[in-house]
Amino acid sequence: MTVAPILRLENFCKNFALHEQDKVIPSSAQVNLSVYPGRLTALIGPTGSGKSSVLNGIYRTYLTSSGRILYRCAAGEEIDLARADDHDILALRRSEIGFVTQFLHFLPRQKTEDVVAQPLYQQGVDKEEARARARATLEALNLPRRLWSLSPTTFSGGEKQRVNLARGLTARPRLLLLDEPTASLDPRTCQRVVAQIKSLKKANIAMLAIFHQMDLVKQLADEVVELSPAAEGVMGGQP
Amino acid sequence: MKKILEVNSFSKVYGSGCDCCFAETGPERTNICPGCGSVVAAHDVSFSLHQGEILGIMGESGSGKSTVVKSLFFDEPASWGQASFYDNGSRYDLFELNRAQQRQLRSQRFGMVYQNPHLGLNFAISAGGNIAERLLVAGDSHYQRIRSRAQDLLQRTEVLPERMDEIPRNFSGGMQQRVQIAKALATDPPLLFLDEVTTGLDLSVQAAILDLILEIQHELQTAMIVVTHDLGVIRLLADRTLVMKYGRIIEAGLTDQILEDPQHAYTQRLVASAL
Ligand SMILES: Nc1ncnc2c1ncn2[C@@H]1O[C@H](COP(=O)(O)OP(=O)(O)OP(=O)(O)O)[C@@H](O)[C@H]1O
Ligand SMILES: Nc1ncnc2c1ncn2[C@@H]1O[C@H](COP(=O)(O)OP(=O)(O)O)[C@@H](O)[C@H]1O
Ligand SMILES: [Mg+2]
Ligand SMILES: [Mg+2]
Ligand SMILES: [Zn+2]
Repeated sequence: MTVAPILRLENFCKNFALHEQDKVIPSSAQVNLSVYPGRLTALIGPTGSGKSSVLNGIYRTYLTSSGRILYRCAAGEEIDLARADDHDILALRRSEIGFVTQFLHFLPRQKTEDVVAQPLYQQGVDKEEARARARATLEALNLPRRLWSLSPTTFSGGEKQRVNLARGLTARPRLLLLDEPTASLDPRTCQRVVAQIKSLKKANIAMLAIFHQMDLVKQLADEVVELSPAAEGVMGGQP
Repeated sequence: MKKILEVNSFSKVYGSGCDCCFAETGPERTNICPGCGSVVAAHDVSFSLHQGEILGIMGESGSGKSTVVKSLFFDEPASWGQASFYDNGSRYDLFELNRAQQRQLRSQRFGMVYQNPHLGLNFAISAGGNIAERLLVAGDSHYQRIRSRAQDLLQRTEVLPERMDEIPRNFSGGMQQRVQIAKALATDPPLLFLDEVTTGLDLSVQAAILDLILEIQHELQTAMIVVTHDLGVIRLLADRTLVMKYGRIIEAGLTDQILEDPQHAYTQRLVASAL
């Protein structure tokens, strides 16, 4: 591997201080990992080992307790996402870093195709062009056409997940974070997702993804990082 | 994105004030000085706002949210601090301006939408007249142009233009808010203040107004400060959020971070009780 990583976590730790209960909940401990352009790093480990907390930390939905999150921007400079200014994080979210969360808060009353095209609107892509790209991804993920003009608020778990995924895939960010993107999908739809992720790799997009199914890890991962439960150390390595 | 507003250590004290006002008030106490009885409505409030960004200010009743926007909009003089407004290459030191300069910014570069439509609208004149009045103050005097601009704005905010000659009293609460928004937008201000604009309205009316605000932000790249105690409004509208308690900012961050990983005990309680 001579390609430089786009993202490096150094001793990332996250714990939650819950004042009301007077408790500190340890989540991720001492996580070290790298993510490379055109490659996928898989994050695995039992529930509660802090996988989602790692992704939330990178996206700044969670504040980092300690450690560094070094991201190399499109402009070339390296910035520590754990400490960067809120405005810089907002700018990166608009143009470089995408996140397919486990549960998306959909704007009520927004059509599915607009939900999916939203990140492109924000990047200033022409509305019609953005919608066309959104529809292409929805098609590729096999979401029935009759749903495209409805709001996803009433969709089934699997339908919502595809909308959420379509949104992340359509945006084509430089770095894409995926939290269990196939958890509620049937095997056939799952394979469509696999195909999409492979095509993103070809487009040189860097991905960090949480998977539970080991066969997906085998099909997609270039690197695997396993988190251990509670506050123990973790190791990264090649599969 | 360019910075449009920067506020540094803004304070507002109602009352005579004394040496211990700030030391004896704050999030762990109250906002009333035990020494002199003054109300420290806001103290040491600092933040910045970029073009096209929506900043939320949340906190319970009396925490000082409205105080911040009222002073920026010159409804109340600031007691201390500094605020810079950047516009067309100039910097305005808001708390140092004279009356005439304040009036000019208020009428042309800022817009305000109050919770109480009586504060934002003149109830003695028609909806269209309210908009015309703002355009006249801003220096337009061409009757037909003013009238068609008022029509466009009411259409944009989904008030039937046929009703532009009716007085605001004839309108529902939601429509009054739409007229206020239309009036605020009349001069294409780059900065808009919205103080509890959906509080007290029906849920469906609230939703439509919030949609309208998002559309405006998207189309016109208007920067906004949205004051509310409603976490749903914050989640929907704000990119970043300040949490206030007894006049102080106790927490600030990206809105999703404030809601998903609140740091302060008070914010944790607010978020938990809203679920
Ligand atoms: N004109 C005034 N004279 C005296 N005290 C005032 C005045 N205006 C506001 N205050 C006090 O300043 C504090 C902050 O008031 P402010 O209106 O900013 O609260 P708020 O956060 O907007 O509350 P709400 O959610 O109820 O609108 C309150 O204690 C209030 O009583
Ligand atoms: N927002 C939060 N507030 C408080 N505790 C949290 C929060 N998010 C996660 N946790 C806790 O952190 C630990 C790790 O959670 P998470 O990162 O979701 O694990 P995983 O994704 O590996 O299942 C759990 O104990 C969880 O309850
Ligand atoms: Mg998880
Ligand atoms: Mg108020
Ligand atoms: Zn005092």
